[in-house]
Amino acid sequence: MKYSYYPGCSLERNAQSYHESIMAIAPQLGLSLAEIDDWNCCGATEVITVDKMAAFALAGRNLALAAKQFANGRVELVAPCSACYLNLRKTDKVLMETSDLSEKINTALAEGNLSYTPGSVRARHLLQVISDDLGLEQVAEIVTQPLAGLRIAPYYGCMVVRPEFSDSEDNPEYPVALDNLLAVVGAEVVDFPVKAHCCGGHMTQISEPTALEMIRRLLKNASDYQSDAIVTLCPMCQLNLDAFQQSVNRHFGTEYNIPVLYFTQVMGLAFGISPEELGFGSEFVSAKPLLKKIGKKPPKKPKAKKRKKEALPMPGTLERR
Amino acid sequence: MTDERIGVYVCRCGTNIAGVVDVDEVVRWAGESLAERGVVHAAASNFMCSTVGQETIENDIKEKGLTRLVVAACSPHLHEKTFRTACERAGLNPYLMDMVSIREHVSWVHVDKEAATHKAKAVIAGGVSRVAWHEELEPLEVPIHASTLIVGGGIAGIQAALEIADSGQQVYLVEREPSVGGHMAQFDKTFPTLDCSACILTPKMADIGVHPNVDLLTWSEVEDVDGYVGNFTVMVRKKARGIDESLCTGCGICEEKCPKKVVDEVFEAGLGYRKAIYTPFPQAVPNLPVIDKENCTYYDTGKCKACEKFCPTEAIRFEQEDEMLEIEVGNIILATGYDLFDARRIPQYGYGRLANVFTSLEFERMCNAAGPTNGSIVLRDGATAPQSVAIIHCVGSRDRNHNNYCSAICCMASLKFAHLVKERVPEADVFEFYIDMRTAFKDYDEFYQRVLEEDVHFIRGRVAEVTDAARLEGEEGKLIVQAEDTLIGKQRRIPVDMVVLSSGLQARHDAKEVAKLFGISCSADEWFIEKHPKLDPVATMTEGIFIAGCAQGPKDIPASVSQGAAAAARVLGRIQQGEIALEPVRASVIEEKCSGCRICNLLCPFSAITFDDVEMITEINAALCQGCGTCVAGCPSGAITGTQFSDQQVMAQLEGLLSLNGHERIAVQTSEPAAV
Amino acid sequence: MIAPEVQEKTAPPEWDIKTHTFLNEVEEATVGETNLRNCIQCGTCGGSCPSASDMEFTPRQLFRLIASGDKATVLSANTFWYCVSCYFCTVRCPQEIHITDIMYTLKRMAIREGFFEESSASEAPDFSETFLDFVENYGRSFELGLATRYHLRHHPLGAMKLAPMGLGLLRRGRIDLTPHRIDGIKGFKSILRKARELGGTV
Repeated sequence: MKYSYYPGCSLERNAQSYHESIMAIAPQLGLSLAEIDDWNCCGATEVITVDKMAAFALAGRNLALAAKQFANGRVELVAPCSACYLNLRKTDKVLMETSDLSEKINTALAEGNLSYTPGSVRARHLLQVISDDLGLEQVAEIVTQPLAGLRIAPYYGCMVVRPEFSDSEDNPEYPVALDNLLAVVGAEVVDFPVKAHCCGGHMTQISEPTALEMIRRLLKNASDYQSDAIVTLCPMCQLNLDAFQQSVNRHFGTEYNIPVLYFTQVMGLAFGISPEELGFGSEFVSAKPLLKKIGKKPPKKPKAKKRKKEALPMPGTLERR
Repeated sequence: MTDERIGVYVCRCGTNIAGVVDVDEVVRWAGESLAERGVVHAAASNFMCSTVGQETIENDIKEKGLTRLVVAACSPHLHEKTFRTACERAGLNPYLMDMVSIREHVSWVHVDKEAATHKAKAVIAGGVSRVAWHEELEPLEVPIHASTLIVGGGIAGIQAALEIADSGQQVYLVEREPSVGGHMAQFDKTFPTLDCSACILTPKMADIGVHPNVDLLTWSEVEDVDGYVGNFTVMVRKKARGIDESLCTGCGICEEKCPKKVVDEVFEAGLGYRKAIYTPFPQAVPNLPVIDKENCTYYDTGKCKACEKFCPTEAIRFEQEDEMLEIEVGNIILATGYDLFDARRIPQYGYGRLANVFTSLEFERMCNAAGPTNGSIVLRDGATAPQSVAIIHCVGSRDRNHNNYCSAICCMASLKFAHLVKERVPEADVFEFYIDMRTAFKDYDEFYQRVLEEDVHFIRGRVAEVTDAARLEGEEGKLIVQAEDTLIGKQRRIPVDMVVLSSGLQARHDAKEVAKLFGISCSADEWFIEKHPKLDPVATMTEGIFIAGCAQGPKDIPASVSQGAAAAARVLGRIQQGEIALEPVRASVIEEKCSGCRICNLLCPFSAITFDDVEMITEINAALCQGCGTCVAGCPSGAITGTQFSDQQVMAQLEGLLSLNGHERIAVQTSEPAAV
Repeated sequence: MIAPEVQEKTAPPEWDIKTHTFLNEVEEATVGETNLRNCIQCGTCGGSCPSASDMEFTPRQLFRLIASGDKATVLSANTFWYCVSCYFCTVRCPQEIHITDIMYTLKRMAIREGFFEESSASEAPDFSETFLDFVENYGRSFELGLATRYHLRHHPLGAMKLAPMGLGLLRRGRIDLTPHRIDGIKGFKSILRKARELGGTV
C-alpha cells in the first residue's frame, strides 16, 4: 500500500528511533512510504499561538507539496507524529469549511508557486493506517516472536484521539486501537486509565513543575499497574516520559524506571527485527532489561479472585464486554 | 368571471397585522380591484375572531347574500374552524370559506410595510380566485368502535386503562414484558413523599389484573395496525410463555427449581439474577411466569425440563407457539415509556469498567427491599457498605454530545438517592455534583431543603471524570470524582467509595419503528410528537392515536398519570359521541382517467390507497386519506383530484397571487391546504 | 451623586455586558463556530483541565469574564499559557464550545496587545515566537537554538540545569547542533510573509 510520508521535524533527530523503526517494519507490512520533497515544519503548537495564518500556511505548504508530488486521485498522507497529524488534518478541514480562508492561503501559497485544493490530501496517523487500513489480522501474520510476558501500557497521548475531526472511530476518552495492536503482537496489554491523558507537551519549557506533575501522573499510574514498558505514538510524549523521567524522580522523590518506546519499535521486535535496526539505545531510560525479558516464559497469571456469592454482576464496557 | 358573491374580511389583529400591513388600503383595494373577480363586499375588523367579528360575518352572509367568503387573518391552524362554524350558523356551507394568512405569512415575517401591504393584496387575490372554485362539502361521519387499545403497561398506560375500564368500556392493554408496572415497579421510593413505589403502584396493578373490562395481554407486542380513527384493526402477537395459563397457579416452584441463572438485564437493570423461567418480581401482574427461550437449557440442548418435572399442575408447555390475535378498536393510546441513557457511552465516568460506579436504575434496585441486596446499600462486592457516595447529575442529558435536553426528573431522583444513603448508611458522606437544581413542582423545592438539612454536601460543578488513577495521598483504592467547584473556582478531586450516575431518559430504542407502525411521528430526539406541545400534549396528528407518559417526553409520575387520564378522557369523549366527523378534504380518483400505472400506490404515507385488480384502477379510502396531496401531485395522468385542492382551485390561487406582478420583493406563497 | 470609586468597583466603564465587544472579538478571531455564547458555566472544562490547579482563573471563569467584557483581566491571566492543548475540555463540553481554539486566540490577542507582560506567564509567548523565528528562517524547527535562546534570555540559571539533559540528548544523537535549512526556503519565506500579511491582526 502506497502512502505519502510526512516525518516531521522530531523524526529527523530527536525521535530518530521512531523513524528507524518505521522504516524497518514498513517492508514487512507492505507499506510503501514516499517522503514529501522538501517539506517544512508543521508549526507544532507554537505557531498558532502567534499567528494563525502563518500556522495554516505552514501546513498548507506541506499539503500542497503532497498533492503535487502524488497527483493521482486523493492522496493519503501518513504522519507518525500526533502534533503534525493534528495540524495537517485540522488545516485541511478548516480550509474545506471556510472558503475565504482557503482563498487567502492559496494566495499565500502562490508566492511559492504552489496551490492546494482543500480535501485533496487526507492526513492519517500511522497508527490508524496500520490498524484500519492494514488490519490487525495482517499484522498478526507477520509476528514471529510474540512478546510473551511483557506487560505493556499503551499510551495514546491527547492529539491523536482528540479532537473530533480525526477520522478514527476510536473513542476519544477510551481508545483501544493501540491496545488491540499490542495484543496482536503478543504483549500483555495493561489497561491503565490515564492512557489518553496529556503528557504536558511543551510545558516542560514554560512551567517545569506543572509539566513534571503531569508526567508523574502518567508514570505513577503505569507503575501502579505494574507495567514493564510504556509504548507511545508521539515524539513529544516519548521525550517527556523518557527524558524527563529522571527529573520527575528528582522532583518528587520517586523511583520510576519504566522504558518508553515507540509502538513501531515494539512491533519490530515481534517481527524478529534486531533492536539495533529499531533504534534501541537512544532512550534515556534503558530498555536493555526489557529486551532481556522477551522470550522468557510468561509469568504465572495471578490467581483470579474467587467470586463471592453475594457479589453483584458487572455491566462491562461498549468496547469490550 | 364568476357569478359568486364573495365577501372579503381583513383582520387587523390589534397591531399584529395592522402594524405592518395597511389594512384600510387593502380593504379599499379589494372592494375595487377584486370586484371583477366576484368581490361584492370588503370590510375590516380589529379582531375578526371575536364575537362581534363573527356576528358581522354571519349578518353579512344573510343580508348581503354572500355565496363565498375569504377571511384574511392569522393562520388557519388557529381560527379556520371558528370562521367555518360562523358560516355554518349563517346557513353557508363551511367549506365555501377560504382563510388566508396575512399574519404568519405576511405581517410577522416582513418589516417593509409597503411590500407587506402589496403581498397581503396578492395573498387575498389568490384566496378570492380560489374560493370561487370551492364546492359544498359534507364531513365524513364514521362510527367509533367502543374498544380501546393501550400499548404499554407502565403507570401512564395503567392509569388510562383504569379510567376507561371503570367507565364501562373495554380496554386491551398490551405490554411487551411479562408483567405490567413499567419502570415505576423497579423503584424503591418515589419523590417527594418517599412513598414506597410498589405500595402505591400495586393496587392499580391488581385492579388491572382482575378488571372485567380489561383484556390484559402481557408478553405481547403489536405487529400490525390497519384502519383509521374509530375503526382500527390491530394484530397482536401474544408470545408463547411456555405455560398453560389456565393451569398455572403462580406458585413459583418452576422458578425455584430451574438450574439456569442469568443476569436480569431488564427488571434488575443488570444488577441481579433471574432464572430462565421467571416472573420478573413478586407482585407481578399477571402472576404467571414466562420461559426465556434464548437462555433455557431445554430449548438449547433438549435436556433439563426441571420445571416440567416439578410443576404441581403440569402447566409447562415447551411446544407452545406464539398466538396471533386480531382485535378491533376505535382508539389507541401509546404509553410505551422510556429507556435509560447508556452510561457506557461516557467512558470517563467509568461505568462498566470501574466496579463501584452504578446507574440510577441499578441504585433503585439496590435500595428496593425486594431487590438483589434486599435494600442494603453496598458496593459491587455485595457486602461492604460505602462510607462515601458521590451522586452525579446530568449524565447524558443537557449535553450536545449525547442528548441535548434536560431529563426533568434526575435532580429530584438524585436528591432522593442522597436521602436514601443518609437513611441507610448514616455515617456516610454524600456528595451531590450538579449544574443546576431543578426542583420545580409541588413540594419539590421543600424536598431539596430537607436534603440540605440532612448534611449532604452539594458541589456545583459538572463532573469531568471518575477515575481510579490515584494521584495524591488518600486516593489509593478509592474512586476519585474530579470536577470544578465552580462556586469557588477550584478544581477538586473528591475520593469516594461509590458513584451513582443519574443517567438521562431517552426514547425507547425502537420508538421510530413503533411510531411508523401506528402512523405517528417522532421528534429528532425520537420522542413521540404531540399535536401541540402547549395545548394538546396527548393527541397526535393522527386522529384516533393518543400518547401519554414518558413516550411523549421525560416527565415525573404525577405528569404521567395526568397524561394517562387525559388521554383516557379524550378517548371516552369520542366513544360517547359514537361517531366522529372527518374532514372532507380528501383525494379521489377520476376513474376514467386512471390508467392503472399504480405510481400513487406507493406514495401514500397513510396507506389509504389500494388497487382494484378487477377494474384495474386505483382506489382511495376516504376515511384513511388525510388530504396531504402527495398522490394528486404524483399522478402523471392528473387522474387524482382533491376536494379543497383540485387543480382548478390551486391554479386559480396561483393566478391570483401572481396577478399583482411588478413588485420584485414579493415571495410567492401558496396557502396551506385546509388543516387535517 | 455616586462616588466614582464606587461606580468603578461595581461597573467599570469598559465592561460591556450588553454589547459584548470583547466576546465578539474573540469569536471573530477564532476560525469556525466557537459557540462561546452557549456557555452554561457547568465547569466541565475547569474540571477536566490537567493544569487547572496552576491557573489563576479556570477556563470557565475566563469565559464568564470574556462575556462580561473584562478584556484586561482576561488577557493578563495566565490561564491560556498553561493550556496544553489536550482537548479534553473541547471534547467534553456539553455545549460544544471550541475551547482549545479559543485559548489559542487569547494567546494571540495577549501577544498582539501586550497584555502578556502583566501575566505571571510573561515569558511563555517568547518560546513560541522564538520557535516561529527559527521556522521562518530555516523551514524547520531547531530545538537546540530554541532552548538555549529562550532559557538564556529568561532564566539563565535555569538554563544551566538543563545542560545535563542537553548533553544526554546530544550523546544519544537526539539533538542537532546546527539547524537544517530546506531547499525551497525562498519560496517558503514568501509564502509566510504573504500569509501573515493577509491574516490581519489576530
